[in-house]
Amino acid sequence: MKQIPAPFWTLILGIAVTLISLWVGQNHNLLPVQASEQAPLVDDLFNVMMTIGTALFIVVQGAIVYSLIRFRQPKGDDTDGLPIEGNLPLEAFWTAIPAVIVVGLGLYSVVVFQEMGGFSPGGHHGHGAMVAMAPQQSVIDVAPLLLAQGVDDDTVFGKTQVYGFGASPLGQMNQPNVTVNVTGMQFAWIFRYPDTGITDGELHIPVGKDVQLKIEAQDVIHSFWVPQFRLKQDALPGEPGELRFVATREGTYPVVCAELCGSYHGAMRTQVIVHSPEDYADWVASRVAEVTPTTTVAQPNEKATDAEYLAEIAPDLAKSPVQIAQMTSMSH
Amino acid sequence: MAQADISIKPTELQGGHGHPDKWKWYDYFTFNVDHKVIGIQYLVTSFLFYLVGGFMAVLMRTELATPNSDFLSPELYNAFLTNHGTIMIFLWIVPAAIGGFGNYLIPLMIGARDMAFPKLNALAFWLNPPAGLLLAASFFLGGGAQSGWTSYPPLSEITANLPQTLWCVTLIMVGTSSILGSVNFLVTIWKMRVPSMAWDQMPLFCWAMVATSVLALFATPVLAAAMVLLLFDINFGTSFFKPDAGGNVVVYQHLFWFYSHPAVYLMILPIFGIMSEVIPVHARKPIFGYKAIAYSSLTICLVGLFVWVHHMFTSGTAPWMRIFFTISTLIVAVPTGIKIFSWVATLWGGKIRYTTAMLFAVGLLSMFVFGGLSGVTLGAAPFDIHVHDTYYVVGHFHYVLYGGSVFGIYSGIYHWFPKITGRMLNEPLGKVHFVLTFIGTIITFTPMHNLGMQGMPRRVAMYDPQFAHLNQLVTVGAYILAVSVIPFYFNVIWSWMKGKEAGPNPWNAMTMEWTTDSPPIIENWEVLPVLTHGPYAYGMERADEVGPAGEPLPTSRP
Repeated sequence: MKQIPAPFWTLILGIAVTLISLWVGQNHNLLPVQASEQAPLVDDLFNVMMTIGTALFIVVQGAIVYSLIRFRQPKGDDTDGLPIEGNLPLEAFWTAIPAVIVVGLGLYSVVVFQEMGGFSPGGHHGHGAMVAMAPQQSVIDVAPLLLAQGVDDDTVFGKTQVYGFGASPLGQMNQPNVTVNVTGMQFAWIFRYPDTGITDGELHIPVGKDVQLKIEAQDVIHSFWVPQFRLKQDALPGEPGELRFVATREGTYPVVCAELCGSYHGAMRTQVIVHSPEDYADWVASRVAEVTPTTTVAQPNEKATDAEYLAEIAPDLAKSPVQIAQMTSMSH
Repeated sequence: MAQADISIKPTELQGGHGHPDKWKWYDYFTFNVDHKVIGIQYLVTSFLFYLVGGFMAVLMRTELATPNSDFLSPELYNAFLTNHGTIMIFLWIVPAAIGGFGNYLIPLMIGARDMAFPKLNALAFWLNPPAGLLLAASFFLGGGAQSGWTSYPPLSEITANLPQTLWCVTLIMVGTSSILGSVNFLVTIWKMRVPSMAWDQMPLFCWAMVATSVLALFATPVLAAAMVLLLFDINFGTSFFKPDAGGNVVVYQHLFWFYSHPAVYLMILPIFGIMSEVIPVHARKPIFGYKAIAYSSLTICLVGLFVWVHHMFTSGTAPWMRIFFTISTLIVAVPTGIKIFSWVATLWGGKIRYTTAMLFAVGLLSMFVFGGLSGVTLGAAPFDIHVHDTYYVVGHFHYVLYGGSVFGIYSGIYHWFPKITGRMLNEPLGKVHFVLTFIGTIITFTPMHNLGMQGMPRRVAMYDPQFAHLNQLVTVGAYILAVSVIPFYFNVIWSWMKGKEAGPNPWNAMTMEWTTDSPPIIENWEVLPVLTHGPYAYGMERADEVGPAGEPLPTSRP
């Protein structure tokens, strides 16, 4: 310390901490694969927080460990330490730096939230419509679209307030390619395709297409989560939810219920299969062939209990009879 | 601050000397109005509930050692997770930190003979044992409440109705206790400081209790309202939260979190106060940034009232709410950071004594840095969407509640046990306790973050087998934590009977509670003390004895 000036060591330490933090921020491998357009947005935000967090962690823990070693009580020394009660510039510094960091993170979060479609659940209603308009479009151009969309949504949802994630800012004027009605119930997810009448216990979607999930709950609160999509929305009884996304990677990913929904909450798992467009078309064709026009199972019967309802639609759920028996016994 | 307008004379509160010279053991089981007896009652009761809640955690971790549900029935598992949370919050940390340390220390720290309303104080305590008994009864009358400590309807309204009702009553009772206690703390601190003590000469623990009490007064009535509405929905056919009868399930979440987010500050602000007392004493240095620490408690109290929706980012919340509460939540990091940095700066340049109290305080500091940083990531809505209701959240809040609050309670016990009992705790045994707790905490709660991000939801009795290995590691950590309490409880019981005599001021500390006997006499002092120095005037009179010139000043690095 006597030969080499302290600022030199501070500089070296600063560079080392910065490099380590940047490396950790990119190579932590904590998150699962990215399978939706939103996933990289979320991960970039997390990586930034991970980078800053690593730097702060090293600096503060370093200061603690250094103090514990450097400033431990010398043997037999019962005197007190330095009577320092504060240092205004230092305190201003460590108030201002975190303030700047959190304001920056807050603004970045807003940008990510908007790009994820967080401002436009429920399509083109209310503020969503204002956000959705491209600058060169006038209200008159958009009005018929809004009306059409509004009527459509009202008939589906029966309410105008929808919670979750809608289309990304670029895709707001487009209709989704695939719409799926998702119903959570103790302890299963039901996926209905209104365009084709398909009902399934697994979610099948095409890669690269604009998919809209309309999420509702039959009995208690559930939460629809696909970790690889980084998307989650509670399925709330009486309150419609929406997740709109483009899957970017073919494969099979878990669909998890993330809200405590009863004794078998942990078993409320199924999967989402992201097909190539051709495979998806084949899947739709094979399932449509099974659905006869007179089938009414796609309509939830409000009077039926969960168990009766489950038994009714059991053949469509691709579940084994044993599982169905378990589920019906559980819901009593 | 004019002190002449004090209208209550502390000496008159007890109505003369209508008490014996010394309490007998059975006095601690009665409706006693002595704040020290009540403090001990709170502490002992909460440490018993800590064992009960911990036992439930160990059983849950045993279940989770394997992916399938093969040890507990799923219903019992859910009952344990519900009551583990409820007990640890409402019957362990809150009563230990606020009721225990608050009642024992506040009058002693400000030079009062008792709390402002001693009978109210006793009443507040005696709401807790029956509340705990109701919770215990709920297990025998229907298997315990099973819908989580959050008890979201509709699940809470269709599952285990009788236990759920008892659970609601329990929360109303402990909530009432909290409100009564808060009024008492505020009036006591406002009116009963020894006349020579100005606001800025008050120990920081008292500032923390002011912030805690204000927060409890604002938030707790809302919880009581939510509990009453839930109870009516379950038992009397109302439909506040029944969607098929015009109710709304999201309203409950707002009511619940309007209290329950501030509740996490109720559990950590008194602990921050303990930190500010323990660190200067054992680092032999004045607290760094007294005013910054005092005001940051008040800032946390204020901002903490406006962050509750971050628990509902995936629920029925509009886009503007998710954004507004992202920003407000992130702001909490600033006053919290001020405290952390100030404590680190207090260490810097001190003569740190490696007492067990200090080890737990520094351990807390270390844990809280991690827990605070993961808390910031959770505040950002886009990332929270991914990890909400996963083990990432479980890992985060155990880091701040176990690594934070529980470490702080331990630290406070090691620090004030000599004052409370007149005897020292065994230090080597304390260090064994610390090492086991520190290692156990890291092994138990760190892998939970990985699990959550990879896709494991919380509150599950069965999970995807790909998560088995990390879960087994967590279970091992939980067992270490279970073992870690053995040296502690043994130490406390043994030292209380046979420990070394402590004397009035074994740590050579400067706050007022150390000016009286250990344990203090019934009305604390024969003659009320006069304040001659600040609470943290370490090294002040003896500036010439400070180490050689060239000691680094705490300005080079935070």
